[in-house]
Amino acid sequence: MIINHPLLGPRDAAEFTYLGDASLIDRPDGMADNALPAFIDYGYLRDNNAGEHRELWFHEQGDRSWLVVTRHTVTHEITNVELASDVARKRGRSK
Amino acid sequence: MRFSAFKIISEALRGHKGWDATWRDATPKSHYDYIIIGGGGHGLATAYYLARRYGKVNIAVIEKGWLGGGNVGRNTTIIRSNYMLNGNEPFYELSLQLWEGLEQDLNYNAMVSQRGILNLFHTDAQRDAFIRRGNAMLLNGADADLLTTAQIKSRYPFLNTEDARFPIKGGLAQHRGGTVRHDAVAWGYARAASRLGVDIIQNCEVTGLDIKKNKCVGVTTTRGPIKGGKIACCVAGSSSRVMAMAGMRLPIESHVLQAFVSEGLKPLIPGVITFGAGHFYCSQSDKGGLVFGGDIDGYNSYAQRGNLPVVEDVCEGGMAILPNLGRLRLLRMWGGIMDMSMDGSPIIDKTPIENLYFNGGWCYGGFKATPASGLCYAHLLATDTPHETATAYRFDRFEKGLMIDEKGQGNQPNLH
Ligand SMILES: Cc1cc2nc3c(=O)[nH]c(=O)nc-3n(C[C@H](O)[C@H](O)[C@H](O)COP(=O)(O)OP(=O)(O)OC[C@H]3O[C@@H](n4cnc5c(N)ncnc54)[C@H](O)[C@@H]3O)c2cc1C
Repeated sequence: MIINHPLLGPRDAAEFTYLGDASLIDRPDGMADNALPAFIDYGYLRDNNAGEHRELWFHEQGDRSWLVVTRHTVTHEITNVELASDVARKRGRSK
Repeated sequence: MRFSAFKIISEALRGHKGWDATWRDATPKSHYDYIIIGGGGHGLATAYYLARRYGKVNIAVIEKGWLGGGNVGRNTTIIRSNYMLNGNEPFYELSLQLWEGLEQDLNYNAMVSQRGILNLFHTDAQRDAFIRRGNAMLLNGADADLLTTAQIKSRYPFLNTEDARFPIKGGLAQHRGGTVRHDAVAWGYARAASRLGVDIIQNCEVTGLDIKKNKCVGVTTTRGPIKGGKIACCVAGSSSRVMAMAGMRLPIESHVLQAFVSEGLKPLIPGVITFGAGHFYCSQSDKGGLVFGGDIDGYNSYAQRGNLPVVEDVCEGGMAILPNLGRLRLLRMWGGIMDMSMDGSPIIDKTPIENLYFNGGWCYGGFKATPASGLCYAHLLATDTPHETATAYRFDRFEKGLMIDEKGQGNQPNLH
């Protein structure tokens, strides 16, 4: 697989490590009333569909940035690659 | 029809015209007491033990493709019970014992071959870890044998024990481990279950779960709706997809694992060997091909085929201990979809939805578990209590902090 890095261009997927389901960006609020069930979900439950999947990849052998890759889990086709920091900022987060 | 020496001789004399189908290809009825979704090894074994050991009737196994098309027919066929943790080892030892009696029990030749498995170690620290594991196995009634390099050399003279980076310092052997012909396991259980009246329904995909007031009352399929008393999901790599039909998210990711078979060779490797410094395991099939594999590809996939970086990684692992593999040509390679769980261990449990049960999260070690998984799942379905060897395989072990993490990797499925 080739991942089209937004800054570095097309890179071999072997340069990256894989973390999983991109909803891991949304770490729950530890001070909220529902923090316990929210963290159990966050820690242990995953989106795992057959089809388009948004997921976190880390460019370990490269610029060490985190990417959000939109990839089809049946065909492995990659349709979108964003910097995870851009995705988080778009959601109103500082980093 | 029972298989026997007499039957084989009499059929040989009559031109083999008297054999009948291995199992009945059933058409779905409108209602079953037990509906098992997924006709892999685990689903078929569950149906068999439910009928045989627990005396239940009116059981169906619903399979979307053909029997043996899933992981049960794709794995590298290794069986063993060399686990360490209390939640696991009694279960896998029960499984190994069931393998030992399987062919007589099923009256079917599954080519169970206890040729032994040898896990190599390459450092002093790894030796300590393997001694600990071996002792844990012995405490649970399994067999374990620590071998010196010289003992290993006498059985496997071609192993590269002197590699500068990964010298072989010894190995932990389980002589009762080995291999089983994987598709014969599916066929054998299907035949035995079918003989006990279980309906085996192929080419029938479950497309929905019929849930009324938090109670599962049936399934919808590509061959029409079927009502059921108890509905048991047992679909391995498709676990998240099927349980999503009940609105559940699982502690599971689906990943692809590849397997490789070389061209046929004369007898070379008598047992199963695993490399301890990377991921590589190898045995030789009775047809002569070397059957080997390694790590999962590492990203969510339902593709049943993998990518080249892992091919390279597996072959590098192989070359480190078996330099004589270097000129071998590959005959076939393929992938299967693994239900990788958050702690590397499986789940056999009720769900929050009444009459809906779940069996999954087998990662890439579920073939060896087939008999015990079937037995324990049947026990749960028949009695609504967990089997004594499967009490740890609960959904709520994550929130309770009772993970069964053999590798100590934490909640990262692709590292288990
Ligand atoms: C390459 C590879 C190597 C492996 N090596 C080993 C090994 O050496 N030792 C070991 O112990 N384990 C090994 N495993 C793991 C082992 O094969 C699996 O853990 C085990 O087979 C899973 O259980 P099963 O047999 O029931 O799965 P499967 O055979 O996959 O059965 C699940 C069935 O469910 C069906 N299904 C899915 N969705 C639906 C639906 N909606 N409706 C109806 N049916 C459905 C599928 O078609 C499939 O037939 C390996 C796996 C792979 C892929």
